[in-house]
Amino acid sequence: MTLAVFFGCMCIAFGPAAALFVFTVARDPLRVILFIAAAFFWLLSLLLSSLVWFIAVKASDARDQRLQKGLLIFGVVFSVLLQELFRLAYYKLLRKAMDGLVALSEEGQSPVSIRQMAYVTGLGFGIISGTFSMINILADSLGPGTVGIHGDSQYYFITSAFMTLVVILLNTFWGVVFFHGCERQQWWDVLTVVATHLLVSGLTFLNPLYEGSLIPAYLIMLLMGTWAYFLSGGSVRNLQRFLRCKYVAMNQEIPCRARTEPRS
Amino acid sequence: GLSSSNSVERKIYIPLNYTAPCVRLLNATHQIGCQSSINGDTGVIHVVEKEEDLQWVLKDGPNPPYMVLLEGDLFTREVMLKLKDTRRVSGMAVVISKPNPAGGYSPDLRCPNDGFGAYSPTHSPELAHCNGTVWNPFGNGLSYEDFKFPIFLLKDENETQVIKQCYLEHNIPVNGSAPKFPLCAMQLFSHMLAVTDTVTCMRRNSIQARFNLNPEMLCDALGDYNVWSVVKPINNSGTAEPEEKFILAATRLDSRSFFWDIVPAAESTVSGFVTLLAAAQTIQKLPDVQSLKKNIMFVFFQGETFDYIGSSRMVYDMEQGKFVLNLDNIDSFLELSQVGFSSNFSLWAHSDPVSRRNATINQQVMDLVSVVQNSSAGTNITVAEPPNSQALPPSSFQRFLRARNIPGVVLTDHKSSFSNRYYQSVYDTAENLLLKYPRELSPEEALNHVTDVAESLTEVATTVARTLYLLAGGTQRPSMIKADPLTATSRSHLSFLVCAQKIFFFYIWRHGASNYLRNTPLWYYVSVSSPATPTRLVQYVLANLTGTATDLTKDQCQNPTKDAGAEKDLYDYIWVQGSSSENSSEPTPFCVETTVRLSKALSPAFELKEWGSTEYSTWTESRWKEIRARIFLIASKELEIITLIVGLVILVVSLVGIYFINAKVDVLFTSAREPSTVAY
Repeated sequence: MTLAVFFGCMCIAFGPAAALFVFTVARDPLRVILFIAAAFFWLLSLLLSSLVWFIAVKASDARDQRLQKGLLIFGVVFSVLLQELFRLAYYKLLRKAMDGLVALSEEGQSPVSIRQMAYVTGLGFGIISGTFSMINILADSLGPGTVGIHGDSQYYFITSAFMTLVVILLNTFWGVVFFHGCERQQWWDVLTVVATHLLVSGLTFLNPLYEGSLIPAYLIMLLMGTWAYFLSGGSVRNLQRFLRCKYVAMNQEIPCRARTEPRS
Repeated sequence: GLSSSNSVERKIYIPLNYTAPCVRLLNATHQIGCQSSINGDTGVIHVVEKEEDLQWVLKDGPNPPYMVLLEGDLFTREVMLKLKDTRRVSGMAVVISKPNPAGGYSPDLRCPNDGFGAYSPTHSPELAHCNGTVWNPFGNGLSYEDFKFPIFLLKDENETQVIKQCYLEHNIPVNGSAPKFPLCAMQLFSHMLAVTDTVTCMRRNSIQARFNLNPEMLCDALGDYNVWSVVKPINNSGTAEPEEKFILAATRLDSRSFFWDIVPAAESTVSGFVTLLAAAQTIQKLPDVQSLKKNIMFVFFQGETFDYIGSSRMVYDMEQGKFVLNLDNIDSFLELSQVGFSSNFSLWAHSDPVSRRNATINQQVMDLVSVVQNSSAGTNITVAEPPNSQALPPSSFQRFLRARNIPGVVLTDHKSSFSNRYYQSVYDTAENLLLKYPRELSPEEALNHVTDVAESLTEVATTVARTLYLLAGGTQRPSMIKADPLTATSRSHLSFLVCAQKIFFFYIWRHGASNYLRNTPLWYYVSVSSPATPTRLVQYVLANLTGTATDLTKDQCQNPTKDAGAEKDLYDYIWVQGSSSENSSEPTPFCVETTVRLSKALSPAFELKEWGSTEYSTWTESRWKEIRARIFLIASKELEIITLIVGLVILVVSLVGIYFINAKVDVLFTSAREPSTVAY
């Protein structure tokens, strides 16, 4: 019956990400291409950082526990920095691509705005990162056993799924904030992204004290989400209109369609 | 499957590496042994150390099915019949008893090889089905039952401790109430491919072979090779003349137990063939043995446990003229059965009452017995006869009697029922034979130490050698013949029973094949892959003890021709590793010229394709894909359902939410100050 755990964890970890992909990315082929390219860049960063970590581990003494723990911390920090570096690299690539897209389009305007690119990049980084974290855990959750015979927590699968979910969403919001910071040359935004990324990754060293890693991660996600929303052109008024327009659609009091802006 | 486990798998499962399964064997009409589901059987572990613990498994426990961890003392017929048919048991792991169970233990039948020997209900009803004597009174017959769940043996104490620790931490019921999840569980994989009986399985095999490019065989016939040798070389490519008479000295090479391939067989098998090897060596050394009137043949039959595979095949080959002898050439028969308990120095000479109704045979048997008794003079052995109306114990001689009335005796250490209380079980070890080496001996010193058991078996070997010499027409004084206790019995004991990798083996092993030997005892199950290691070892030891060294080179040895002085028809040539001389550490290999040969020991039922035969053995062993065991924790069903529901809720909420957000994206996000960008 641990098919139940398999499907449950898969839906927890990838449910919102799948919904985002299906409704916002899948319809537009250009967004799909950007998404896949972003995933590829993340994979490159993972390859390089794991190469460095692998060499460090092989060159060191396997029995020295403190050294191995130190190497792990170093590996995590190096990987986070490399991921953000590749995000920057991808931003630069997309900036150059914008000129090409403008030249190719009929209206003289790029079909994809830099904000949309930021969002798709973040989602791409997030989903591939989540896949890599979660896939082998999902595969092992199919068997009859659960974690715990050596003393680990039996909630390992569920907490891993929730952690993956929060990392996917965080990556999406980080993408938006990061690109915004690079666009406006506001380097504090970029540094905040890197710092929060390091913080969330560092908090996972507190596992299996899951309260110490999951709850702060979700708080940070809410903060980043709010920030990304405001950076993307949202406002409290829009939010109110959205909620009320849904709510009182029948009365036609607040129409859901805007009158003047053209629909994209 | 995975070749190496990743770290998450290591967090979940602890593999059990020192286990032995119970596998499925089939004969013409039945299947015996154990079976698991194709994806393994899982159950919550429950340790049963006394009979009261069974109640939890059978009735009270709230989380069936259970995986029973049974102490070896409780592995009895009553307990197993209770557990056999209930759905609440999904498997069993048996902890091997250390020391051996006090009251004796034998999972074999009380009447072994019934129906395939010399006594049938039509022919001699007063002796068939062990009417006169129950040979194995300790037998509970468990080996021949059919179980629907897997049963494994736990060989290693440390692993058993790990399992019990997991049980104590998670599965103990508190005040009779149910233990809380997560619970400790075990999963056993031993899925057997064959079902029903040999007829069905062989039929399916032939269908596979005919219609499938990659035929998937379901079972294999049990069988291997018999080892035989003659004192005076005979032409192997022809058959012996009718005037040539042979004295056959026989014993068996195999045994079995409840669990697959854990067959120590110390008293039931090893004692017999070690003694016969010693007798063969003694005879070969006699100066006038080549000019004796009759020839002596030593035969080591393989597969006798399973309805006399080896001996029935040899008799069949003799009847068909496919062997170097015919039944007419056999003058008399001497068999060594279980002789390990001759420490009280008495040997019993059993004979067949039915054939003795013929006056000629009766006279020949009486002469045979008196020769044996005369040969034991001067040793510590006394030879006596059990009552004349008693049947022969289970022995290869019975198959020869089925075909022809031949005079013969079977020598054993028991007067009526077996004195071996652990017949064909995992407990028939060196400890059963009371084989003891002083602890302070180093391995080299142990090789030169003669134990009590070795001494008494040497006396038996001396008696047998003298008997054979006299029967073959020898005229010298037999009291001069003495078996060597060190070379033959003691070293053989050490190697065959305790540790196969002993130096004794090293210097006679075939050059370059030392990877067969491990630092563990040998197992004497006939198995399906040929040739089995014990067969090979007995072949080479016999060759070493009775053969002569030659100075042929390696090439000449492996391709013997007349020019090099090799007689391929009379002898077999083996290139052996040799012993290391004092100067060099590398052993010097050389070529041994020997009359030792192998003859096929596969039941005639498989040659004749009579899968349902009641005349010949039809035993087959099922094939399987994987056999392994592991323990882990299982979570409660509630936690699993909660996980699934939470996941589905999150999925549905996010799908609905994102759909609505996407539909009204222009409401949520207004384009700000960027002129060149398009709003979402």
